[in-house]
Amino acid sequence: MSTENGLSKRFEITGGDFGKAGEVSTKIKEILQEIGIDSTIIRRTAIATYEAEMNVVMYAKKAELTLHLTPTKISIRVYDDGPGIENIEVAMQEGFSTATDEMREMGFGAGLGLPNIKKNADRFKISSTPGKGTALDITIYLNQAGKK
Amino acid sequence: MNLNEIIEKLKLQVLTAQDKLDAEVSYGYTSDLLSDVIANSKEGNLWITLQTHQNIIAVAKLKDLAGIIIVNNRKPEEETLKKAEEENVPLITTEETAFNISGKLYQLISTQE
Ligand SMILES: Nc1ncnc2c1ncn2[C@@H]1O[C@H](COP(=O)(O)OP(=O)(O)OP(=O)(O)O)[C@@H](O)[C@H]1O
Ligand SMILES: [Mg+2]
Repeated sequence: MSTENGLSKRFEITGGDFGKAGEVSTKIKEILQEIGIDSTIIRRTAIATYEAEMNVVMYAKKAELTLHLTPTKISIRVYDDGPGIENIEVAMQEGFSTATDEMREMGFGAGLGLPNIKKNADRFKISSTPGKGTALDITIYLNQAGKK
Repeated sequence: MNLNEIIEKLKLQVLTAQDKLDAEVSYGYTSDLLSDVIANSKEGNLWITLQTHQNIIAVAKLKDLAGIIIVNNRKPEEETLKKAEEENVPLITTEETAFNISGKLYQLISTQE
């Protein structure tokens, strides 16, 4: 779906399937590559999206991800209806994780996913309501001015 | 140093992406935690791990790593092999431990420089 103001795309992330995980971030990477976005920007976007996607797969049941691209920025919104996060400040700390043993055996649960998103985004907003779900807003600027 | 040279010198077994072995290896990174690799590995690194499931391919692609060495004679899962072929990521195995192979790779890269 294209508009005059840029490009918007919607994706579904479905939880539970570790194997399929990473599909949406791969697709987004391909879209941005086709448009010819700078490779550093693509990498940062792909990393942030992958970490968000993995969190949905592990902790929430399903989510909707929207990608919005304008001439100045990439915006990604991930909206899930999972269990939510009790204490966002704690969840944002490096090393904090509620990953299960099974997840940890597979190398998840370093507690670095949310910090990785923050590090790669120019702007990052996370809000969550326990029992309702979690929303992430990730912005990455395309021009030098707002760049990290 | 390119991947091919490393594979020959350290006697590693290559399972996939035979045509990507001329890639330059910038350094190594050893870790079994995916988000840690995402945070701290660098482009062109050779990743040493015991993980064998297909998410390792996604991580290698995200960071444009030169390849993945799976240690302790562990075998990648069928799905991992398939994905590595699709995405053209060199999957390499060794019977050595992560400690030993990291040490050897470090020696090789640092004496060359
Ligand atoms: N979408 C979500 N829904 C519910 N809880 C979440 C969600 N995302 C993160 N969390 C909670 O925040 C914690 C920290 O997340 P973070 O991504 O930083 O680390 P992790 O997923 O545990 O490990 P890693 O990402 O390093 O594999 C998680 O363990 C989980 O408790
Ligand atoms: Mg995570």
